[in-house]
Amino acid sequence: MITQGLVTAYLTLIVLLPLAAVVWQSTKGERSFWDAVTDPQAVSALKLTLVVSVLVALVNAVVGTLIAWVLVRDEFPGKLVVNAVIDLPFALPTIVAGLTLLALYGPEGPFGIDVAFSRAAILLALLFVTLPFVIRTVQPVLIELDREMEEAAASLGANALQVFRRVVFPNLFPAVLSGVALAFARAIGEFGSVVLISGNLPFKTEVAAVYIFGRIESGDPSGAAAVSVVLLVLSFATLLLIGGLRRRVTRHDRVG
Amino acid sequence: MIEARSVSKQFGSFVALDDVSVEVPAGSLTALLGPSGSGKSTLLRIIAGLERPDDGRVLIDGHDVTSRPPQKRGVGFVFQHYAAFKHMTVWKNVAFGLEIRRRPRPEIKERVAHLLELVQLGGFADRYPAQLSGGQRQRMALARALAVEPDVLLLDEPFGALDARVRKELRAWLRRLHDEVHVTTIFVTHDQEEAMDLADQIVVMSHGRVEQVGGARDLYDNPANEFVMTFVGEVNQLGRSFVRPHDVEFGDGDEAFVERVVHLGFEVRVELRLANGEELWAQVTREEAKRLELVEGARVRVRPRHSKVFG
Amino acid sequence: MGKYVLRFTALGYLALLLVLPVAMVFGRAFENGVGAAWESVTTPEAKHAFLITILITAIVVPANTIFGIACAIAIVRQRFPGKGLVNAIVDLPLALSPIVVGLAFLLLFGTGGWLHDVPFDVVFALPGMVLATIFVSLPFVVREVVPVLREIGIEQEQAASTLGASSWQTFRRVTLPAIRWAVAYGIVLTTARALGEFGAVSVVSGRIVGKTETMTLHVEERFQSFDYVGAYAASVVLAILAIGTLVAMSLFKPKEGA
Repeated sequence: MITQGLVTAYLTLIVLLPLAAVVWQSTKGERSFWDAVTDPQAVSALKLTLVVSVLVALVNAVVGTLIAWVLVRDEFPGKLVVNAVIDLPFALPTIVAGLTLLALYGPEGPFGIDVAFSRAAILLALLFVTLPFVIRTVQPVLIELDREMEEAAASLGANALQVFRRVVFPNLFPAVLSGVALAFARAIGEFGSVVLISGNLPFKTEVAAVYIFGRIESGDPSGAAAVSVVLLVLSFATLLLIGGLRRRVTRHDRVG
Repeated sequence: MIEARSVSKQFGSFVALDDVSVEVPAGSLTALLGPSGSGKSTLLRIIAGLERPDDGRVLIDGHDVTSRPPQKRGVGFVFQHYAAFKHMTVWKNVAFGLEIRRRPRPEIKERVAHLLELVQLGGFADRYPAQLSGGQRQRMALARALAVEPDVLLLDEPFGALDARVRKELRAWLRRLHDEVHVTTIFVTHDQEEAMDLADQIVVMSHGRVEQVGGARDLYDNPANEFVMTFVGEVNQLGRSFVRPHDVEFGDGDEAFVERVVHLGFEVRVELRLANGEELWAQVTREEAKRLELVEGARVRVRPRHSKVFG
Repeated sequence: MGKYVLRFTALGYLALLLVLPVAMVFGRAFENGVGAAWESVTTPEAKHAFLITILITAIVVPANTIFGIACAIAIVRQRFPGKGLVNAIVDLPLALSPIVVGLAFLLLFGTGGWLHDVPFDVVFALPGMVLATIFVSLPFVVREVVPVLREIGIEQEQAASTLGASSWQTFRRVTLPAIRWAVAYGIVLTTARALGEFGAVSVVSGRIVGKTETMTLHVEERFQSFDYVGAYAASVVLAILAIGTLVAMSLFKPKEGA
């Protein structure tokens, strides 16, 4: 049908061809793909990116679940507004996000805290942009959760912590993992929020996306493409993981 | 003994319980019977500690437990929709309370095995709740509640989600279980047949108040008011009198026209219309129906053997 | 009680990470008074950047909306080989770094690229920026419409065709009304993403002041030029648009757990 044809053409032109061009370019440089990817500065950027992204994902797993819990189970005035505010990192341009963090936690911040040009700044920026992910994957599961399971556990002697650990969390886990994967994928590619506040010091506070940008500006598209392919593979792998998790979620609900 | 004393509870502007007092003798099987909104589930949950009363107290064996959380009351609770821990196997579900109490492993294994046999789920230990039928899930829930040897077993419309045949089976099964295990049991139901079948004592409730407390026979033969009479057992209302269908005698009395005769196996249900237009129905045996030649269109005379009027 | 600890921690985290920083931006923008802020967002460059942003968004949103509906219908209602692949490709923009996206278009349409010989400028010009923005905002309408289409099922559409409606009539009178809130929500998300795009357009546009700058690029440019009031003032404009997006999202958000 025409729809399928148009859809395929659109996707090919917009997504597939451009990405194919990146993969192609990564093999065409003066340096080999391997050399471009093992360049010390590239390795440093990738390492930093991965470490910070994993850290951010883990922080989000805990804080995100906590915030989702408060939003679903607690009642307080203004809760609706708080719920809407969660999506701010999505609605706000990344460059503005970086600027806002710089305003508060940079050299002229009112609290006297200055994390500009440090790795802490990267952490801060990534925490900002990844905030909604775990919260939004956990919320619907928490809403649907059978409260009577928790009441049953309480009647059987479990205290609040035990109820959470043994009954609630196992049912939330796939959603948490899903959100963590999304946060991770977002974090490894982040550029706009990091670029102003981190200072982009090579080997110190330069993340992968900034390194790639630097390679483009230096007229080394192949080097840029090579490291891009690494990010591409990581992103794709994370997407597959999330897809696999979605299927696994229904394991316990499947009637044998 | 379990006691609720002057318990009141409101949800917003809805009064769920209004100064309710109930005594449940130790070792008995008591039913809280009433229509939806009568407050029976709320009362049960307050006894369990899953809700807090606005007023009144709950006492278990003389101890005031009103301010104690459910963990500390020694109650076992069974929910209408099972509340199975769907991420755990049947074995883990039943063992849950024992694991929380950190009982030694061999003790847990033995106790769980014993309970699974008791509820006839012996071979199902490694299955997940999703793989069980409704009836099996409820039996698992019962085993789980009994595992920690509660002082009182509370069941909230335990068979409500099951179909009719399974319901009857589990009813008989619960009675047998109670005879064996002897734990004080309170269950909530809206099915008066179920209450009369199972319970030693029935507490009839309506609109947040206790209407009457008594055994099945007692409630049926000596209802305290109109509500109890119409809720427990079938009844005809003629003017201000209430007549049981099997108390409708044929022979002498008012003129009536037989509108319909329904043969329900052993019983026959005869739908009648009186000269003054009122409708009632009589319950007779097949032999009686034959003897009295009760057919559609027949003209007969009827009068109540007993009737009740409430002030 | 534990409840208050949880609430305090959650709200505290949100205040320190989200609310206070955004409030600071408003503060800094109006540091020298509202007048100075207003002037800096009404310079020719700023106005031009605003126009470019609006123009790009005005092209991207309808394109991705039409594509999104068509793609959702194809995924849910039609059978074809490679459907799983299409699903995966549609999700890809969510996980990709915008820098990589920008690079991709730069390579495809730049010198030596496979599509370099199109008769108009793509890179360092508006078309490239439009394409990059389409890429990053591609998934939203699709992902919102797919579950709704799945849920409403095919029966209404089948009923319509037994009553004599053509495919187009069925689409317009039965399908479209059923999915319109999902589409609306998807449009809100797409618009937000398009307005806020930075990294990809940064690479593709060449950041030519007064020609290929969007509002977001303008913010960076002002900052790098030490015009902090200018940067913060432009950020305020974008923040206001973001808050507007949040309001629209709250209004159109699909109900959960219904």
